[in-house]
Amino acid sequence: MNSSLFFDISAGAYIAAMITYVIFLVVRSKTVGIVASTITILGFVSQTTALAIRWVNSYYFWMSSHPQSGLYEALLRAAPLRNLYESLVFFVWSLILAHILIEFKYKNRSLGAFVTPVAAMALLFIDISGTSKAIQPLIPALQSNWLLFHVLLSFLGYAAFAISFGAGAAYLITVTESKKELPYLFGSIIIGIFLAILIGMGIDFLSLSGAERANLIQNHWLKATIRSDSGGVATASWVIAIGFVAAVWHLGLRLKGALAKLDVTAIMLDDIAYKSIAVGFPLFTVGGLIMGAIWANSAWGKYWTWDPKETWSLITWFVYALYLHARYVGGWRGKRVAILAIVGFVAVVFTYLGVNLVLSGLHAYGG
Amino acid sequence: MEEKEKEKKDIFESAWQSLASVKLAIFILMALALLSIVGTIVEQGADPAQNIKLLGKLFGESVAPTVYNVFAKMGFMDMYGSWWYVGLLVLFSINLVVCSIDRFPKTWKVINKPLRPLGENAIKTLPVKKELTFKTDINRARDEFANALRSLRYKILEANEDGSVQLYTQKGKYARLAVYVVHLSIILIFLGALVGIQYGFKGYLNLPEGQTSSRAYKSPTEPIPLDFTIKCNWYETLYYEGGDTPKEFSSELVILEDGKEVLKKVIEVNDPLIYKGITFYQSNYGYMKEAEGYFSLTVTPDGGQEKKLWLRLGDTFEIPGTGVTGTIIDFSPALSRDPYSGELTTYAEMMVNPAVAIEFNVPGKDKFKGWILKRYPETGQFPDGSEIIFDDYWGVEYTGLQVAKDPGIWLIYLASITMSFGLYICFFISHKKIWVHIVSDKKSVSVAVGGSTNRNRLAFEKEIERLISRASKAIEGRSKNE
Ligand code: HEM
Repeated sequence: MNSSLFFDISAGAYIAAMITYVIFLVVRSKTVGIVASTITILGFVSQTTALAIRWVNSYYFWMSSHPQSGLYEALLRAAPLRNLYESLVFFVWSLILAHILIEFKYKNRSLGAFVTPVAAMALLFIDISGTSKAIQPLIPALQSNWLLFHVLLSFLGYAAFAISFGAGAAYLITVTESKKELPYLFGSIIIGIFLAILIGMGIDFLSLSGAERANLIQNHWLKATIRSDSGGVATASWVIAIGFVAAVWHLGLRLKGALAKLDVTAIMLDDIAYKSIAVGFPLFTVGGLIMGAIWANSAWGKYWTWDPKETWSLITWFVYALYLHARYVGGWRGKRVAILAIVGFVAVVFTYLGVNLVLSGLHAYGG
Repeated sequence: MEEKEKEKKDIFESAWQSLASVKLAIFILMALALLSIVGTIVEQGADPAQNIKLLGKLFGESVAPTVYNVFAKMGFMDMYGSWWYVGLLVLFSINLVVCSIDRFPKTWKVINKPLRPLGENAIKTLPVKKELTFKTDINRARDEFANALRSLRYKILEANEDGSVQLYTQKGKYARLAVYVVHLSIILIFLGALVGIQYGFKGYLNLPEGQTSSRAYKSPTEPIPLDFTIKCNWYETLYYEGGDTPKEFSSELVILEDGKEVLKKVIEVNDPLIYKGITFYQSNYGYMKEAEGYFSLTVTPDGGQEKKLWLRLGDTFEIPGTGVTGTIIDFSPALSRDPYSGELTTYAEMMVNPAVAIEFNVPGKDKFKGWILKRYPETGQFPDGSEIIFDDYWGVEYTGLQVAKDPGIWLIYLASITMSFGLYICFFISHKKIWVHIVSDKKSVSVAVGGSTNRNRLAFEKEIERLISRASKAIEGRSKNE
């Protein structure tokens, strides 16, 4: 059986859920809210099915090249967490799971309008980045249980951080009076940049032929727009991108009224942001940093080499440690900590994607 | 004199306070994060030309060399070892230690403060509180609340007064120590790293098949003597079928002491060999073009016995009983057929797809040449039913080993474990206190339940609700039965 049908259903469902949640914010009808939750849960069930099918398929794939493997080993090697595509799919799955849990716990649906877009963005990124969706053979360095748990726990942590990002952004909107306030300016620009990059990649995707799409990230990233070889196109793209970010900044505050009418209090958002970081931080510390280091040590005899990926994980860790201390003992409150929650997630995204996209472009290795 | 002493003490006191402050910690964390970003943009320990090119992209070609020199002087090109980065890490450690020492006595006091019964009014001002009445007598209410508390795994203390009783309890007070465990783990990691730098080494060793070494290398001119000898029996790359994706890199290593074999192991990536605290990791491999090795062939005539052969380039052998002879005339480490021209070419410098060329001499026929590929045994099957399998071209590859000794790794592992538990306890176990005050009031009793927690208030409120619903169900259930 093929998992892609179920993946497509779930992707469609999450995007539909995102739209429904936004409509819910605007019209505030209970029915619309229930529809949004139902679509999300159906999407989640479908995605869980898809993950299970992919796991089973990977299991047979592994057994075909390693017939002497035991069941346990084969299941671990087949866990669908083995490349960029699978890890992003798992990220979306964890994020939606966390979202469903929070919705039940806080009995408030409005956070959906902030979390489902992150899931939709990740899905869109998967699609337009052209990352291979095929089940691939596992190279020797990746054949490690440490690596598996490292990816599993890191991505659960990233999902928790994504929630804190959504809550932090919503918090900023609820407490901002005027769009000239610096924290709001900062938050809306960050979100505008995320969206602009995604749109830019969408344009890359449309401008490329099928074969080139597979190398979009390595060779063509934003080459159709701001990194274009033609100076005119590049300049125009920059102008449009800046205009777009300005529009996000200009319009974002319109969500404020909607949030206020839905009993979304600043206190609740701050609480969600803190709690998800309190869950994400241990997961990321243990899964991301510790298990990553143990894996590196068991494969290469070096637990820490200061390579850009490791260093960015450490930067992410510093930012969230900063959040915890600033809020818990440093007496920071309100907008300042919300900003830190947003910065933390920017660091997460940069650790996972930016190091490959931006830094490898700057450095000699990579395209 | 006294004044001076006091002044000294004041200076010490204020220095201590600044080193213990969380503000300093916030500053250091920010500084470390920002500086580390620079370290990921500028390539560390790289060839100057590379970074000059990079700086050219950021600042323009003309000023790049100047910018480079300034940055290099400041240590940015080898940042993580620079005095200021290390200094910041040292300051970070001091901050952490001083802050922990400064706060620990207070925490310890809180933990060991005996729990006391509270007045009824005090209970009603606790962060979580609830008041109830039951139609029952005081002893029953007491018993059922005690049972409910016990079922939530609280150990109960009790205070009796005329006409009233108070149950009070706490749980998880030692969870307050978890933060210290987390902080201590960070210090342990630093110590582990220091021990590794001081008493360990990181080296490499490229060991050709069949050869031995009693050294590893930090760099080509810096050998590290080992007090034993290591030998590589063979190195092999396995590939997934139908492509050049590697499936496993492995080597068979032997440890020799005084010429005697003491340990033999096939290592793979993620599965190293450890001997006398020194670990040998499979890290890469290589093909030595100039070396001459041995061809290992298995020859089987149709229906006959297989025979293992061990041959040099130019050697001639016979397929037993057939009169057919073969001469080894050529070798390619990576043979492929060009899909357009059909020509055979060598497409890689590594032994990716090894192939041996053999010239056959069949009595009464023309000589002919054939390639036999190691990864495609069907290329050695002949129409007359005989078979030649190309097992290996031995002695021309070397295994690339990382050689590391790190006596500090145990501290790192220990710290990893303590930090994991510490973080878990810190965020998920809270110090909870509950008081249940029961007063008898003619035919009924009134109960005040109150509690406090140091974190996870929401979960604690749920727990109190559970406590109350258990106790009230039991009380009401029993009164109905009577
Ligand atoms: C990156 C390094 C650090 C990590 C991972 C870390 C970890 C933690 C964690 C997890 C908490 C509990 C926070 C919460 O409950 O929300 C905490 C609390 C605290 N940390 Fe750190 N910490 C670090 C560095 C520091 C430093 C350098 C200081 C020095 C001042 C410090 C001082 C404190 C204090 C005072 C508390 C509050 C303790 C209490 O509850 O009484 N931390 N730390």
